[in-house]
Amino acid sequence: MPTLRFTEDHEWIRQDGDNAVIGITDYAQQQLGDIVYVELPAPGTRIEAGKEAAIVESAKAASEVYAPVSGEIVAVNGLIAGDPAKVNADPMGEGWFLSVKLDDPTALDGLMDEAAYAVFIAEQG
Amino acid sequence: MRYLPLTPSDRQQMLAAIGVDSIDALFAEVPKAAQRGGLVDLPLAQGELEVERALSRMAAKNLAAGSAPFFIGAGAYRHHVPAAVDHLIQRGEFLTSYTPYQPELAQGTLQSLFEFQTQVALLTGMEVANASLYDGATACAEAVAMAHRITRRNKAVLSGALHPHYREVCRTYAQFSGLDIAALDPRPAEAETLDIDSDTACVVVQNPDFFGELRDWSALTARCHRAGALLVVVVTEILSLGAVTPPGEMGADIVAAEGQSLGNALNFGGPHVGLFAAREQHVRQMPGRLVGQTADADGRRGWVLTLSTREQHIRREKATSNICTNSGLCALAFTIHLALLGEAGVTRLARLNHAAACSLADRLAGLPGIRLVNKSFFNEFSLRLPVPAAEIVAALAEKGVLAGIPASRFYPDRADLANLLLVAATETVTAEDVDNYERALREALR
Amino acid sequence: MTGWSQALGAPAEEAPTLTGNRGLQIEEPLIFEQDSPGHCGVDLPEPPPHRGRLGALERRAPIGLPGLSEPQIVRHFTRLSQKNYAIDTGLYPLGSCTMKHNPRLNEKLARLPGFADLHPLQPETTIQGALELIDTLAHWLKTLTGMPAVALSPAAGAHGELCGMMTIRAALTARGDARRRILVPESAHGTNPATAAICGYAIDPIAANARGRVDLAALKAKLGGDVAALMLTNPNTCGLFEDEILEIAAAVHAAGAFFYCDGANFNAIVGRVRPADLGIDALHLNLHKTFSTPHGGGGPGSGPVALAAALAPFAPLPWIVHRDNRLTLVEQAAKGPEGGPAASSIGRLKGFHGQMGMFVRALGYMMSHGADGLRQVAEDAVLNANYLRVRLDRKTGGLLSQSFPGPCMHEVLFDDRFLKDTGVTTLDFAKALIDEGFHPMTMYFPLVVHGALLIEPTETESKASLDQFADTVNRLAARAGSGDAAVFQAAPRLTPRRRLDETAAARKPLLRWRREQPKREATK
Repeated sequence: MPTLRFTEDHEWIRQDGDNAVIGITDYAQQQLGDIVYVELPAPGTRIEAGKEAAIVESAKAASEVYAPVSGEIVAVNGLIAGDPAKVNADPMGEGWFLSVKLDDPTALDGLMDEAAYAVFIAEQG
Repeated sequence: MRYLPLTPSDRQQMLAAIGVDSIDALFAEVPKAAQRGGLVDLPLAQGELEVERALSRMAAKNLAAGSAPFFIGAGAYRHHVPAAVDHLIQRGEFLTSYTPYQPELAQGTLQSLFEFQTQVALLTGMEVANASLYDGATACAEAVAMAHRITRRNKAVLSGALHPHYREVCRTYAQFSGLDIAALDPRPAEAETLDIDSDTACVVVQNPDFFGELRDWSALTARCHRAGALLVVVVTEILSLGAVTPPGEMGADIVAAEGQSLGNALNFGGPHVGLFAAREQHVRQMPGRLVGQTADADGRRGWVLTLSTREQHIRREKATSNICTNSGLCALAFTIHLALLGEAGVTRLARLNHAAACSLADRLAGLPGIRLVNKSFFNEFSLRLPVPAAEIVAALAEKGVLAGIPASRFYPDRADLANLLLVAATETVTAEDVDNYERALREALR
Repeated sequence: MTGWSQALGAPAEEAPTLTGNRGLQIEEPLIFEQDSPGHCGVDLPEPPPHRGRLGALERRAPIGLPGLSEPQIVRHFTRLSQKNYAIDTGLYPLGSCTMKHNPRLNEKLARLPGFADLHPLQPETTIQGALELIDTLAHWLKTLTGMPAVALSPAAGAHGELCGMMTIRAALTARGDARRRILVPESAHGTNPATAAICGYAIDPIAANARGRVDLAALKAKLGGDVAALMLTNPNTCGLFEDEILEIAAAVHAAGAFFYCDGANFNAIVGRVRPADLGIDALHLNLHKTFSTPHGGGGPGSGPVALAAALAPFAPLPWIVHRDNRLTLVEQAAKGPEGGPAASSIGRLKGFHGQMGMFVRALGYMMSHGADGLRQVAEDAVLNANYLRVRLDRKTGGLLSQSFPGPCMHEVLFDDRFLKDTGVTTLDFAKALIDEGFHPMTMYFPLVVHGALLIEPTETESKASLDQFADTVNRLAARAGSGDAAVFQAAPRLTPRRRLDETAAARKPLLRWRREQPKREATK
């Protein structure tokens, strides 16, 4: 059963063995509004936990997507590059951003689970 | 005071509504030491008549280009602007409106800028153009910065025949960015070797170049692209594109140009209007404003500022540039003038310019000791004189002829350029002007 | 986040017309769609026969420009102009833009042939009047700011910021003291951090305190030997005077850093305050804000920078100096060990000398107002803004929620607390204001409050104009509070276009006309 975790910057990460898939949450896509463009790194690039991994743009705002963990990018989602609206429509599924090979398979342990994230966004008001 | 609508009675009522005794109370937070007790030491208010008199007196101390035979170019060109242009840009809705951030209230500005962007793309042969920058020189610096962003390389190679002001501005902009600006030596009419390596972000050339020469840059484009570098082409006389192969057809990646020749007076050097065009694949790296077409809630076509996330008001320190203001009204003047000219007019006007320059070049190069340097030119060429060009220009100015620009104005330390004179001829030059020039030059060389 | 949606429903209640025109509002296609091939709106003679010298680079393919006659062009652009709001048509309360009346005298002066028909590179004996005008303008700006030098070539405010920050970096480099950080308040205009980045600096933001000013303690905590400068706007973008500015300047200087001031809001203090006495080292001014040069739909501007003595040697080229009883341009930095004028200049920032057309207009404005008029400008600007403050704020009889209580300077900041639980956003509120005949105030800036509304009336609004605006805003606020959200969300209804789909424009950018392209349809 893949582990699903969340960050305070509203990214989600779903682990399957040594790999994980990363995207932005439904809350994030609502906050951003209609997404018009995503800037994705090239496969093979390294990402470092806490550093910028991708950029997501709406008509009025540009937001960094931060890497929840460190690792090497295995694949990026060409679908959202061509059709950014997918991120709004299905942020947890078809709207994924990156697939990474994890440096540390236990890295997700420190992140919020679904219940904790639900509490976190409720507190955002 | 004619521009201040508040009356003393208004002020009293308003102070009472605010709940303070005097206006001074509203400046209470300003440190006393910085407040002026009395009036600043400058003249008091004056009526229109007095102000007009004072400034007219200053203006009268200048020799307007139209009142003498005039042959100066070097990046700013004297053309005839049809009367309708100035009338239209002075309509209050154009003159006194702001940046079109509320598109429902600014379709006039947005539609005319969309037309401008299209005109610039068509003239330069490029895919997309922005809604203008400050001038050609800053557009050139922005082009270099854009090439740096796209290629992530650190060197820009500048042709020696690039306008010296453009080269200097590129240097100024790059001095703190880690970009290496390699500017070549100016050698009029000589082909130069432009070294491109794996650290070259772009090569910058100008067409027609600073000395007036025209070249086909297609071969250089191929070399650049093989090396992974971009070609930036600068055009300082935009009217040349009415007669000359445009940079887009030569494969240019970015065009940085000066648009002043269309719609805008010389204005002693400003305001002018920077034109910026590029390939569509690089549009998200372009500086400046962009107008895009869309539809409104009723499905009707309209226009908005778009791709704003490149700009400073959103990306802040990650913006493609810090630019906020464009050259709006000057861009509008350009659009209206070019719309009046149309295809037939701009091509004919360009040929008129070329014909005037050909005629002048033949006349002057026929004088003893004078040699035409250029193999080709549009409306500006270089002459090699038998004596320093600066002396000739000064002598002819005293006779009331504005003969051109000595290269030494830009290159005071270059003995080999001291005798070089840049001469421009536009459609405003008459046969009488040419006679006067030839006569005055003949006398000065005696 | 434009609030655009297909579901906004049917067009306005009026019956549609046959043409799509609505009285004086005319639907006008692009010039490219009105092409009469071969037609021309300018009569030009046939070029005489000549031996062409274009070097085999004659343009072969057509450019693709349309041909129209003068009457068609005049009508086209006149119709376009009628779709624009402007200062000439109404109050333009944009914060920090200073949308004041643009006097027509200045248009006349700028068009005098002795100014307009002048090439920047003409022999100096033929341009002494132009140099005198620039020198006079410089004198006025130096006197108003109290600073000893002014750089006139920057073409706009952001360009002026670049100029000022570059002189600071050059000054630090010259004293062998390279530093890396610039401190910028969170409320700063976006050009500030963008400019700092171009100069190779890292940006370190400083929080505002509860009173909307820079938090002095936070500033002091961030100051250090690696801070090159503080970039501060004063009055700030919340419309408030930084009352601790002397302590701020002292702290910045004690750390060996420079104090850059963004002078976009100079209108609040012109003629009444001497910026040099506030410890400022570099101050850019916007001639197109404080000094009334027209905004022209987005430009051109002019952004001269007043400089303290420590920064003056680094000012950009060209310099205008007095020499041998006349004015002369110094266009190259003097070389050699003895130095000389402009030896340490940062270099040239644009082609030629500067925005002469704006200099003429600004000097005309300054001379018209004079020392007494300019002082009155600042006082009326501040008076007008405070009058709107008390008319609009819910603490003093209005319905809006002022963000930082107390008097403001020339602009007043509200936030969207007054719209809480109404279903109406700041954006919706602004769009409704459009239908009432007003250009909205600045929205969503500064970022330090939620749903910001920043209002700057300027001194050229009459009391009647302010009363009408305040009444309208309060009545709209009341309507928002009474559950009438649908009206706001459907606004504007009465403009040449209703809300436009900015999402579609950004997803599939269509940045020019092309011959074969279909008209863009609304996205489904």
